[in-house]
Amino acid sequence: MKPKVLILRTAGTNCDAETDVAFQLAGAETDLVHIQNLISGKTNLSDYQILAIPGGFSYGDDIAAGILLAVEMKHKLRKALEQFVADNKLIIGICNGFQVLVRTGLLPGTENSSPAITQRATLAMNTSAKFECRWVELNTQQSPCVFTKGIKPHLYLPVAHAEGRFTAPPDVIEKLKVNNQIVFRYGRTQQSSPNKTEYPHNPNGSDADIAGICDTTGRIFGLMPHPERFLTKYNHPRWTREDLPEEGDGLAIFKNAVNYAKANFS
Amino acid sequence: MPKKVNEFQILNADDTELMRISREGTLSLNLNEMQTIQSHFATLQRNPTDVELETIAQTWSEHCVHKTFKSIILYSEEGKETEQIDGLFPTYIQRATEVIDKPWCVSVFSDNAGIIEFDEEYNLVFKVETHNHPSAIEPYGGAGTGIGGVIRDSLGTGLGAKPILNTDVFCFGLPDTPYEKLPKGTLHPKRVFKGVVAGVRDYGNRMGIPTANGAILFDTRYTANPLVFCGNVGLVPRDRCDKSVEPGDLIVAVGGRTGRDGIHGATFSSAELDDTSENLGSVVQIGNPIMEKKIVDALLQARDQNLYRSITDCGAGGFSSAVGEMGEDTGAEVHLERVPLKYEGLAPWEIWLSEAQERMVLAVPPENQQELMEICEAEMVEATVLGSFTDTHRLQVFYESALVADLDMQFLHKGLPQQVKKATWQPPQHQEMPSRDSQTENYTEDLYRLLASPNIASKESVIRQYDHEVQGGIVIKPLVGIQNDGPSDACVATPIIGSEKAVIIANGINPKYSDVDAYISAASAIDEALRNIIAVGGTLEKTALLDNFCWGNPDKPDRLGPLVRAAKACYDIATAYGTPFISGKDSLYNEYRDTTTGEQRAIPSTLLISAICVMPNIRNAVTMDVKSPGNLIYVVGNTYAELGGSHYFGIHNFIGNTAPAVRPDEGKLTMEKLSCAINRGLVRSCHDCSEGGIGVAAAEMAFSGGYGMSLNLNKVPTGEEIPFDDFLLFSETNSRFLVEIEPKHQDAFENQMTRVPIGCLGTVTETSDFTINGLTGKHFVETTIGTLKSAWQTPLHS
Repeated sequence: MKPKVLILRTAGTNCDAETDVAFQLAGAETDLVHIQNLISGKTNLSDYQILAIPGGFSYGDDIAAGILLAVEMKHKLRKALEQFVADNKLIIGICNGFQVLVRTGLLPGTENSSPAITQRATLAMNTSAKFECRWVELNTQQSPCVFTKGIKPHLYLPVAHAEGRFTAPPDVIEKLKVNNQIVFRYGRTQQSSPNKTEYPHNPNGSDADIAGICDTTGRIFGLMPHPERFLTKYNHPRWTREDLPEEGDGLAIFKNAVNYAKANFS
Repeated sequence: MPKKVNEFQILNADDTELMRISREGTLSLNLNEMQTIQSHFATLQRNPTDVELETIAQTWSEHCVHKTFKSIILYSEEGKETEQIDGLFPTYIQRATEVIDKPWCVSVFSDNAGIIEFDEEYNLVFKVETHNHPSAIEPYGGAGTGIGGVIRDSLGTGLGAKPILNTDVFCFGLPDTPYEKLPKGTLHPKRVFKGVVAGVRDYGNRMGIPTANGAILFDTRYTANPLVFCGNVGLVPRDRCDKSVEPGDLIVAVGGRTGRDGIHGATFSSAELDDTSENLGSVVQIGNPIMEKKIVDALLQARDQNLYRSITDCGAGGFSSAVGEMGEDTGAEVHLERVPLKYEGLAPWEIWLSEAQERMVLAVPPENQQELMEICEAEMVEATVLGSFTDTHRLQVFYESALVADLDMQFLHKGLPQQVKKATWQPPQHQEMPSRDSQTENYTEDLYRLLASPNIASKESVIRQYDHEVQGGIVIKPLVGIQNDGPSDACVATPIIGSEKAVIIANGINPKYSDVDAYISAASAIDEALRNIIAVGGTLEKTALLDNFCWGNPDKPDRLGPLVRAAKACYDIATAYGTPFISGKDSLYNEYRDTTTGEQRAIPSTLLISAICVMPNIRNAVTMDVKSPGNLIYVVGNTYAELGGSHYFGIHNFIGNTAPAVRPDEGKLTMEKLSCAINRGLVRSCHDCSEGGIGVAAAEMAFSGGYGMSLNLNKVPTGEEIPFDDFLLFSETNSRFLVEIEPKHQDAFENQMTRVPIGCLGTVTETSDFTINGLTGKHFVETTIGTLKSAWQTPLHS
């Protein structure tokens, strides 16, 4: 049976269609579900094995990016979410979805097994102080993240955001490092120097060049870059001049999720 | 009458009084029109209500009905007989499309956007709008609602297209304009620039529509009248392209609430601006992109379930235009007190005319009402039944059960008297600039200056603020090359992820040439848009055009003359290339009047041509950045000594008199053959020659690809003798390209291009040196690609 993915929508979600295609290409069955239908009980989160929160500007990103959707999820879907996490199911948040996961506290999460609903990090305004759309090199880190298992050491993906600067108190960043929760870092080369990668390679000024993190279990994953925008080689900005494989770098992330769900929930 | 409704006392008004009423009510109706309305109501033996007169003024506004393009024009040129033209639009635009007669044109000039075929399942819609006057007064809001409005045009075409791509072209005053030189009451060009970009960015990004093509131009004459062109491409199922309205269908408003914003937008934009226009705050609308996104989400579901029969957007004129147009052939009855308001206190005519954003009007069969309401509720969008379409052929508007407007649809839509306008044209005489060959041996500095001139310089800092990747389908991006920062000729999108069928969007705009002749400027705009399509791998055969005219006051014969010439060029060149117009728009009265000094200034006559081409397979697309050292660089197409209105003359403060003509016989053959060569895989990179000529095109190709070039001008094919290096290098002759050919394809390429003048100028080099030898063999451009790139990138960096 194909794993089922719930792609969460609300007012201002706008990367749902390509996220949908990505999961379908990876072999999943998908539903685009408006959060109203989860709140009303029309749709049950428990019927799904993967929850995806796509990019966009949920509720216009009024107040701050992702905050209103995060509040709605924390207060109106708390039980369902806690159960989903307790059932060892997968959650991915991309761009605005990552902002939502951080603001719910699901990322970086706590170290004990109960899901956290306390925000411990944030995605702040880019140091460039503006929205920017550009492709960035990513370094895959050693992490328990199931979405990036066996993935290439270097990925190339686009970012498109104004509020993507991952920042947290030093102790939180330190914990992320110690627990191997950093999944992707911006930059061309493997991190050895303590210095931050320079703009624009680190496009937003994130602490420790953080582009994506997971919780300690590796089953909840959030990232600012858009893997769903690099599914075929024609998405690559230089496909007319470089010899590239047909499959884009982003697809592996969705395939990993689907394969994990197949192995664990069927 | 309810006490919020007033009558306009026009029955016994004399001409002065009629004009006072028009002026003080921002109605923008002329005397002839006021008299026509007066005699209509005289037969009814009553005065019109404010709701009625305002409705007529909106419906008859230049903005809504394009009366200049439909008027009779008496056109005279020195030494020629006066020519009578019965409507520029039917004579030159519509007729071109009829003559070309492409079977893939699905709907032209009738719906909110033009529709062409895409694949077995879908059609494409394309529309470009202007939002100039609002952007002059409130750049952020004006530009944002400009893009919001054109997105609703796509959504209001057929039964609703999914918006898939935005394109934006802006014209501003010079960014370094000294403050003391600003015309009274106008904003600084930098402020306009920043605000417009932010407005388009925030609206387009929030809607999740990639902004993947555009242009930004600068000229001091745009300072008081900036131009903001916003375009949108949409994707619509082939069986959702027809609309109809049946008596009994419910009139349903979907989306945002109605407030006092944007009242008189249509009539305001049909008048000149002056130094008091900044006080007209309420004519600018307020945008809310998330509301519009919710509407798109809801309506595309309702469309797929076939819940409504017709749809249009509430744009200029608000409900009065939307309902008036939809019910033109049937009749309509509307109850204004049902309209959801942002706040209390609006008079009925204000509700009726408000241009509050993010509202659509549907014609819904009563049996579908429930289902439609459920979808809207699920998407958190308000939907309200305002009344119904009738079979009375009257537009009847009620407020709290009182009839406040009762207009004959026939009079409303057909009663506008056709105008007669005079147009004149005289070729201007500018000073000629001689070649500078005898003064200098080195044109390196000129090349830097050209690359750094604001029209040519990199727009990367703007482009990156737009999300051009969302929806995952942009395969040739606005920035290309080894460092993703070279200037792409056009963008290519795959609307259906996984399908290799693509759409190309490009534009052409050359207002500088209209200082010489608007005919040449218009012809060149078409040629440029088509060159950009060809340069990425498109074909003339599958290309359609949009025309957007921005002009000065058409009531002045010397402003209208160039408009006539531009329209003539549209017909001549479009028919010669076989590329039909499918939609267009005009924004006239782009003039500024200083009320204290009486100084009057118009924008340069500006025609934007947008081109759309369906491409069977993206695998054949090419970009403009050079790919490998050792490859050959060819120029394709003859060069003529055509520097009138060129950037080269411009940096030396000359205009000249010989602007680049379009020679469609040569141009068509060049484009067709080159298109074949590209689609046969013989071309590694291709860039159109436009602003700054061969010199700028070569420099851009080299630094975008990260390799140097060694070129020689001896081999440039010319259509006339050009003994000057600078003219060869910087002439802006149309229908020319630079291409990069691998040595192994040299013979095949040359054979493919038989009968087209081509010349091999040199090679791509491993080093970063960029050199061009002149006719005498002396080095006259000698630099590196790093220096060139830096000259190009620095001016508009932040």
